[in-house]
Amino acid sequence: MKGFYKNNKIVFILLMMISAGASAAGGAKLMHMEVDLSDQASLQRGAKTFVNYCLSCHSAAYMRYNRMGEDLGISDDVLKANFMFGTDKVGDTMEIAMSPEDADSFFGVTPPDLSVIARSRGADWLYSYFKTFYVDESRPFGVNNLTFKDVGMPHVLWQLQGMQRLTKREHHDGAHHAPGYEDLESISYGSQNEDEYDRTVRDLVNFMVYLGEPIKLKRVSIGIWVMLYLFVLTIVTYLLKKEYWRDVH
Amino acid sequence: MADIEKQVINGLTGLRDWVDARFPLVKSWNEHLAKYYAPKNFNFWYFFGSLALLVLVIQILTGIWLTMNYNPSAEGAFASVEFIMRDVPGGWFIRYMHSTGASAFFVVIFLHMFRTLLYGSYKKPRELLWLSGMAIYLVIMGEAFFGYLLPWGQMSYWGAQVIISLFGAIPFIGPDLAEWIRGDFVVSGVTLNRFFSLHVIAFPLLLLGLIAVHILALHEVGSNNPDGIEIKKNKGADGIPLDGIPFHPYYTVKDIFGVAVFFIFFFAVVFFAPEMGGYFLEHANFNPADPFKTPEHIAPVWYFTPYYAILRAIPSIAGSAFPGVVAMGLAVNIFLLLPWLDRSPVKSIRYRGSYYKIALTAFVISFIALGWLGMQGVTPLYTWLARFFSVVYFAFFLLMPFYTAMDNDKAVPDRVTD
Repeated sequence: MKGFYKNNKIVFILLMMISAGASAAGGAKLMHMEVDLSDQASLQRGAKTFVNYCLSCHSAAYMRYNRMGEDLGISDDVLKANFMFGTDKVGDTMEIAMSPEDADSFFGVTPPDLSVIARSRGADWLYSYFKTFYVDESRPFGVNNLTFKDVGMPHVLWQLQGMQRLTKREHHDGAHHAPGYEDLESISYGSQNEDEYDRTVRDLVNFMVYLGEPIKLKRVSIGIWVMLYLFVLTIVTYLLKKEYWRDVH
Repeated sequence: MADIEKQVINGLTGLRDWVDARFPLVKSWNEHLAKYYAPKNFNFWYFFGSLALLVLVIQILTGIWLTMNYNPSAEGAFASVEFIMRDVPGGWFIRYMHSTGASAFFVVIFLHMFRTLLYGSYKKPRELLWLSGMAIYLVIMGEAFFGYLLPWGQMSYWGAQVIISLFGAIPFIGPDLAEWIRGDFVVSGVTLNRFFSLHVIAFPLLLLGLIAVHILALHEVGSNNPDGIEIKKNKGADGIPLDGIPFHPYYTVKDIFGVAVFFIFFFAVVFFAPEMGGYFLEHANFNPADPFKTPEHIAPVWYFTPYYAILRAIPSIAGSAFPGVVAMGLAVNIFLLLPWLDRSPVKSIRYRGSYYKIALTAFVISFIALGWLGMQGVTPLYTWLARFFSVVYFAFFLLMPFYTAMDNDKAVPDRVTD
């Protein structure tokens, strides 16, 4: 009987959690960016940023370098020279040298593999995330993030963006408001101005969307041919049906 | 030329006769296709039976090829799905057909079942046809549930955790039952292995057997039609129903047209929107399963959400979710009673009175509303709405003996009308 109650409690807790989580899910509105996978130059720039800034702590273990090269128009030699730092075999996947145990002790959490992160988080989330780091001395790396509260990751792109802080804006009604994106202000300059950094982030997110589903580059254009074929097939099968049914009605 | 042609035809006829002397080839062909007489007035709603069969074939074929590269272990499952998506040539296409096929199965089956409600096709003499169809529906629900664990994403894992723990709410045997299903104290690689086995062997076998029963039952009693008239009551001098036409070639060519139209929708999803905005492939399922990290929001896939809304709508008693579990089970299984709940002398909605029309409309609205509510977070308003629609859902069945008996049904013509 004791087990029975315990188990019921688990069901109850799970159901409560589902309910609570669902109501909390509708948080701040994300910044929006248009993904454009047809922009190969953007994807290449994004790939560059990705291998330089992300691929030291995060892996993309389901992605092969030469698949990326093939899809983005990067030759094996250029891949080896500019995109690959841990291996010289272009058929390798994007693994990292850092062990999960080390990573855990550095960051308090193992940095997730990024192969399909754009498919779980979505482009808008990633775009907002990269743009909303701000100074917070209470955090281990001195930064926090408006999109991902108390994130374990430092602001890796700070040399590009510079640093931001949250302004303490007084509200007329004196009530407590959760900080929004409009409360961020720049306090130091990076090597890129605001527009340049915005482009860097767009390119990076563009690339990560590609990384999440490499076939996305081709699947839509294949699909258009499939649709054309099916429209013709529909007409032919309709005429066939009509011919056979002539003597029924 | 003509000589060769004659020889070839003679040869083929000879082969056919040789087989026919040993196997009921021509007999089966005639019984189920060429001389199976179906009503000539099938409409739009009659495409979905053959389409369900088509989706089954898609699922089996794509499933065979997925199994060639899928790794049913907690360590390798998630990675092997991505391997299929990236490194297996055409793997993405096969996987998207399979994932889209799962949802398509439910779309087609729901419409097929709705047809039955429209035209009273579950009524005498088709009770066993209806029961075998319901058994197929239950097996498909199980098949979908087992299959959803296999990608080993966060929703796979926690969805299974929640649903299995529902069995744990059954008094006395619950905890042991849940553990027996999982094969472990929590959902683990052991669970994944057995779900894989059930998904690729046990349930497909069950499904094929039940579908054979379903089709045999159909061909024994004959198809119903939008007028709800038994065409066998009006036979010509040759013993052929006057309103019947041979299934082949008439309905085979018509169904081929239906397949072409269906494929336009199906492949539009496969190529242009395989995630279907998170309804067919949930976003959170692209995170690998993590037993230590419960996702913020656990939502079942869309086809389970009406039942899920009913589960959440029922208040727990003494901290036990059991009443909700019972209500959910009843909501699925109460369809089985339809042939005996319906007291109307007519089958088709065309000749039913207004009570049934109102009841069916209310039921469809409730089913869709519950499906929507099952995807939403819980708020007091939504809970009350879910309770309201749950009551309507069950009232459709429980009050059926009364409103169908009192209904002002119209006179049914002798022959089909179009």
